[in-house]
Amino acid sequence: MKSVKTLGYVLALPVLLVLAWWASTLGTVNFFVPTPATLVKKFANVWFSERFFTDVLPSIGRLLVGVVAAILIGVVGGVLIGSVRWLRALLEPTLEFFRAIPPPVLVPVLMLLLGITDTMKVVVIISGCVWPVLLNTIEGVRAVDSVLSDSSHTYGIDGWARVRYLVLPSASPQIMAGVRQSLSLGLILMVISEMFASSSGLGFTIVQFQRSFAIPEMWSGIAVLGLLGVAMSFIFQWAERNILRWYHGQKEVENAA
Amino acid sequence: MLGLAGIVGFLLTWELIPRLGIIDARYLPPASEVIAALARDFTLTAFWVSVGETMKAWFLGLLIAVVLAVLLGFIIGSSNFLRKATNSTIEFLRPIPSVALIPLAVLLFGVKIESSLLLIVYASFWQVLIQVLYGVADVDMVANNTAKTYGLGTMARIRYVVFPTALPYLMTGVRLAGAVALVLAITAELVIGSPGLGREIALAQSGGAISGMYALVLATGLIGVLINLLMRFIEKRALSWHSSVRSEVIV
Repeated sequence: MKSVKTLGYVLALPVLLVLAWWASTLGTVNFFVPTPATLVKKFANVWFSERFFTDVLPSIGRLLVGVVAAILIGVVGGVLIGSVRWLRALLEPTLEFFRAIPPPVLVPVLMLLLGITDTMKVVVIISGCVWPVLLNTIEGVRAVDSVLSDSSHTYGIDGWARVRYLVLPSASPQIMAGVRQSLSLGLILMVISEMFASSSGLGFTIVQFQRSFAIPEMWSGIAVLGLLGVAMSFIFQWAERNILRWYHGQKEVENAA
Repeated sequence: MLGLAGIVGFLLTWELIPRLGIIDARYLPPASEVIAALARDFTLTAFWVSVGETMKAWFLGLLIAVVLAVLLGFIIGSSNFLRKATNSTIEFLRPIPSVALIPLAVLLFGVKIESSLLLIVYASFWQVLIQVLYGVADVDMVANNTAKTYGLGTMARIRYVVFPTALPYLMTGVRLAGAVALVLAITAELVIGSPGLGREIALAQSGGAISGMYALVLATGLIGVLINLLMRFIEKRALSWHSSVRSEVIV
């Protein structure tokens, strides 16, 4: 009974919205809004074909490479900058400025430096995604509990072991917060770099559809981006739950006390 | 002081890379040249008109998003039923990247400010809404019941109990949304071509005015820094009564 109720809560509003959409497009021909049936048909036609291999997979590949590289650079750089005091003081204002630059403006700049290549798109994604991870890691490393830090010193835990068993775990909630921001940013940058200059990829294809007034196809592309965003957010939530299991457990104990 | 040294060091490195020929100066002009171009921009009316267009889109978009999100957030947040019923839809719509709406914006509005607004409002709305929902959920039951006992009506309870609890969350949401709104304003101008700094960057790039383009990129960075500072300031003023800010002042 309880699970039926939960399912009802999850499904009721989406079903109502789709019904409203279906009813409002019934019998009318609106140029801008396709009917649900057309959209589903076009979606299958357009995306379950070779386009999946020529446009969707390369886009996802660039996104993955970019985001993973950005996370690695961000975490390594963040741990370094966060644990060396003078380095942090030296770099902080410069980093704040770089973070404040809206990442999409780097598309034309990098296009100039690297040409219209896959490397350019990956670098655009890295250059935008690295800041949330980097700055959050710095904050997380700075906020390492001083008692724990002193104890580990006393026990002679230094160097790599210190990073592995003290710094990274205690900074991980902050790092995950940064990763979450950079994921959605990465998707945005992937689409923009393809819309701006490309001959393949999701962003490019969607703009092609729009320019040729293939409206249902365009909507199906928007739906693909939406699904991609939703899938990424679910994967992230799953990963976060696993990586931060100890943290959520600790929070529960603290809140219960 | 060290921070200043960091900035100077960065500018020096930038100056040297093209001067030593590591990267062709045609693609990366030296820092001095770009800063001169930026200084020249500051004297031009056209530059300030573009800045004005960007800021107008940013402000209007942010305002619409915040008003909508606060209204909906308080309505949804104060009802357990609505909160449960909308959760799946919100979680589905939120991660949809707002740039997916670019083709739609172009079809509906063309290269006008409305296109930018559509993207900005969509992107900033979720940032604020989620924060307001968390904030309303955080209301202390004891405080709420106390207010009920003293005979405060629904409106009074919202004003004196729910709103103060949700305000810190709301301000965080507005601060995040402010940064996101700038990114989307520039993006819309860059990709769609609605008026503003982003369009100027695209034009400078395709027109080969390279130091001009770098100067505009620096300008967007400066605007970003200013918006961050402004948002922090507003947050501090609005929350001057809150313990998180008060303790900061004492220490």
